[in-house]
Amino acid sequence: MYDKVFSSQAFAEAMTVMQNEFLFALWETIYVTVVATAFAIVIGLPLGILLVAGEKDGVLPLPKSLMGILNIIINLLRSIPFLILMIMAFPLARLIVGTAVGTTASIIPLVIAAFPFVARLVESSLREVNPNIIEAAQSMGASPFQIITKVLIPESIPSLISNFTIAITTILGYSAMSGIIGGGGLGKIAINYGYYRYKYLIMLFAVILLIILVQVFQSVGTYAATKSDKRLKR
Amino acid sequence: MIEIKNLSKSFNTSDGKVEALRDVSLTIPDGDIFGIIGMSGAGKSTLVRCINMLERPTSGTVAIDGRNIGSLPEAELRKVRRNITMIFQGFNLLMQRTCLKNVCFPLELAGIKKADAEKKAMELLETVGLPDKANSYPAQLSGGQQQRIAIARALATNPNVLLCDEATSALDPKTTHSILELIRSINQKLGITVIIITHQMSVVEEICNHVAILDKGKVVEQGEVGSIFSCPKSEAAKRLVFPDGADDVLAGNPDECPIRIVFNGAHTTKTPIIAQMAIEHNIAANILYASTRSIGDKVYGNMLLGIPEKDDQVQRAVKYLNGINNLIVEEVKENV
Repeated sequence: MYDKVFSSQAFAEAMTVMQNEFLFALWETIYVTVVATAFAIVIGLPLGILLVAGEKDGVLPLPKSLMGILNIIINLLRSIPFLILMIMAFPLARLIVGTAVGTTASIIPLVIAAFPFVARLVESSLREVNPNIIEAAQSMGASPFQIITKVLIPESIPSLISNFTIAITTILGYSAMSGIIGGGGLGKIAINYGYYRYKYLIMLFAVILLIILVQVFQSVGTYAATKSDKRLKR
Repeated sequence: MIEIKNLSKSFNTSDGKVEALRDVSLTIPDGDIFGIIGMSGAGKSTLVRCINMLERPTSGTVAIDGRNIGSLPEAELRKVRRNITMIFQGFNLLMQRTCLKNVCFPLELAGIKKADAEKKAMELLETVGLPDKANSYPAQLSGGQQQRIAIARALATNPNVLLCDEATSALDPKTTHSILELIRSINQKLGITVIIITHQMSVVEEICNHVAILDKGKVVEQGEVGSIFSCPKSEAAKRLVFPDGADDVLAGNPDECPIRIVFNGAHTTKTPIIAQMAIEHNIAANILYASTRSIGDKVYGNMLLGIPEKDDQVQRAVKYLNGINNLIVEEVKENV
């Protein structure tokens, strides 16, 4: 089987597909991932802040019932398998994008799947902030809003960057799955050529490109997180 | 003036109700350096947090210059807190901000313009002796330096009261000394009332004018440092003043009567009192324990003597010692 996969004919075919389709697919993957991550952060960041600040001993205690509902919604969305979520999101995608299939439409289920995840990541980042520093800010007369914007977020920037890097690499992985519902990108190439037409070499190339993308995102994220952390002596 | 009246605070924990403070009443005069000392778990930290209402007392009041701050709405309370600032055992600086920006922080909270805030912050960095660290980050500083930055930050809003919560407990003795010197000079220059929470008698001794001893949530003794230090009455005070336990040395002298002499600011170091007792009065005193320290030019501390119970030696010794100024003599019955 493998000698067929790596035959010179297969190579020639793969190179043609590479030249004609990969650049566009790569761009589509990056576009979908970045846009979905951005929206997930826009929704997930405030929710993550609420999860921490709204606690009983938090800086802005919220009613217990509200916190309960918030937690249930987040857990609920996080427990739906992405494949099912994509199908469930069809009506919403149609409402927002106008169509349920295609590259842009695939952003909708990605955001729905990712924002609760981001909210939990933000929650864990903010919990790392030394509670004594928060107390010090309170002792200086900081309001709850000032504690959030001037202490909680700035103090957890390095951790937030690390966690957003985890988010973007996870979303990249999910975006490849959207090839099934007609979302473009490297995932679509892998599925169309590899799964439906048994062109394993092309699938392999798509996977290698995805690996490289994850590596790039992760390296940039790690570098930015380290660079931004002023706790590390230099 | 800070008046704490009948302050109590209890916490509901999983092990039931814990009473951290029980009916604490204290008056702290303006410009004073007031120590609150106690063992771990005595309620010191809870007490200091009740002064700026970081902890709401269960009952009782805290009045600052006649104003009951417990009844203020949150927004008003936040303004009051700019006037009662705090430094901590763990310094609690913002780790992602430079030192200058840390000192600017309370001014930023108060809505002061950036340029004015930075000017003020630079002045304060001069005051604490670290103007060259303006653009360094806290992680690049030693503990003592971080505490200096924290002090500068606490002074930024021109407070009338500085609360020090175990501010030197994480520092070595030399650094502790230099931080206490800084606090003293700030107290003298700016007239700020300083409240020092500590478990170290040496800190109280070095810097405080008055001290309150807290034990199991209660104030068991309070007064001038000199008199408390020289003549501790309560169990808790004795434990703090004699950490080694003076009780042990008492054992094994059945025919001697233990007598404690207390140096309460006496100029006694120039007089060899024990030798004089032996030569002039023929009293063979046995020194069981001695701990004296000079604070300023006076001697504080105490000495435990064992006097033989024959030939009226005990009575004569008491009479002789009573004749010396600023010396308190007491016969020790059972416990020290």
